[in-house]
Amino acid sequence: MLRVDNVVAGYTDVDILHGVSIQIDKNEIVTVIGPNGAGKSTLMKTIIGLTKFRGGEILFGGESIVGMRPDKIVRKGMGYVPQERNIFPTLTVLENLEIGVFVDRGCLDENLGEVLRIFPELRGRLHQKTGTMSGGEQKMVAVGRALITEPALLLLDEPSSALSPKLRDLLFQKIEAINETGTAITMVEQNAKKALAISDRGYILEMGKNRFEGEGKSLLEDADVRGLYLGG
Amino acid sequence: MAIEQVVINGMVLGCIIALSAIGLTVTYRILNFANFAHGDFVTLGAYIAFLFSAILGLNFLAACALAIAAAALFSVGLDCLIWKPMRSKGASSTALMILSIGLAICLRNLIVFVFTPDIERFPLPVKEGMTLGGVVITPYQVAVTAVAVVLMFAVHYLLRKTSIGLAMRALSDNMDLARVSGIDVDRVVRYTWATGMALAAAAGILYGLITNINPNMGWFMVIPIFAAVILGGIGNPYGAMMGGIIIGLSQELSTLILPSEYKIAVSFFIMIVVLLVKPKGLMGGG
Repeated sequence: MLRVDNVVAGYTDVDILHGVSIQIDKNEIVTVIGPNGAGKSTLMKTIIGLTKFRGGEILFGGESIVGMRPDKIVRKGMGYVPQERNIFPTLTVLENLEIGVFVDRGCLDENLGEVLRIFPELRGRLHQKTGTMSGGEQKMVAVGRALITEPALLLLDEPSSALSPKLRDLLFQKIEAINETGTAITMVEQNAKKALAISDRGYILEMGKNRFEGEGKSLLEDADVRGLYLGG
Repeated sequence: MAIEQVVINGMVLGCIIALSAIGLTVTYRILNFANFAHGDFVTLGAYIAFLFSAILGLNFLAACALAIAAAALFSVGLDCLIWKPMRSKGASSTALMILSIGLAICLRNLIVFVFTPDIERFPLPVKEGMTLGGVVITPYQVAVTAVAVVLMFAVHYLLRKTSIGLAMRALSDNMDLARVSGIDVDRVVRYTWATGMALAAAAGILYGLITNINPNMGWFMVIPIFAAVILGGIGNPYGAMMGGIIIGLSQELSTLILPSEYKIAVSFFIMIVVLLVKPKGLMGGG
């Protein structure tokens, strides 16, 4: 569904990705891990069209999305949740979700039900300003905002960051529930063990290049990967 | 002058400052720079209406409507010609602010070149004021207040009840997130300029109704307009409305105890005091 091929990109004239390749198939959960500065978040931003692209190819559904504006890529069926600043704080929960379907407001009612099925916690809070909510609730709004367009592929940048262990587990359950509705998921995670455990496949980046790849469970069991990236 | 009279004058002036301040605060927040040309946008609106009514002889109301539309269109043109290319080149907010000062001077001189520096008036009859309980109110003052209040409600409706208004609020919260949420950010920015400019043009016309039209009218207003924006909390259109009224009222009320040359100093003194107590402005910059 998504093929990132030998991509070179960065924010200014300095490249951060030096030829990264990943692939995501329908209905998969794929996790990208790696040390700080490996280019994980940059990879996500490059896919959604927020960085300076200097080489390689990105195909989404067989079509090149290189150089396309982010809003156009979203319309093609991709959703993206940034790590930080991922809600509109002065807008209510419902308005945040409405922005999600800005492309096609007609489907709000239809898709709202689906988002609330996955995040029943938001049901009674639709008219609350998201800036006044807890970190965990804000994360649900952020994911819900990207989910409400029913994207074929959802990109999550560090979804579990700044969450308590309990909320983190809950969020990973939600991610699996979202995946069961037929949405492929690609996430970047610091919390590599938990993320790989629910992933079909994983990639490990280092210094802007691919280092390892494999099935989620086999990466978890690999002695090199455990020693280098999973803290033993 | 009786205090009631001063309050009326202050309210009318406040309405005009408030209208101008809405456009400035919204573009300030979304585009992250202080647009010093906003005062000259006010002047431009008045002169376009003058062109259509006094020079081309159109019906005054039709001339005003056309002027507001033309000014809005002009601001969209400016966005395409100047602001958007600057944004995509990653210009700093300081560069944009300096550029806006340059634009302000160019616009003002263009107006002098086309219309001469003379003081002009709209081709409207002088109306005698009505006396109500010792207070004199002219029909133009009533019209200015009524139009300003209607336009403020229109802004409220736009922001709260329309999808473009929702997108504007989203942009002022978090432009990058709006972009990756599927919003065509450039389009919303053009609507924002057009709205701000339409309100500035309307304010210019209204100011011309109660005073006169001259090439410096907007430039002298830009300081109280900024004061209103900062007082209300940068980026908050409701704050700008309230700030405008407070600045207008305080400027006029100060004339009761001080010579009128100190008007602007008084409104700034109030602004400083408010900011010391509430650094983000009365309505918190949200």
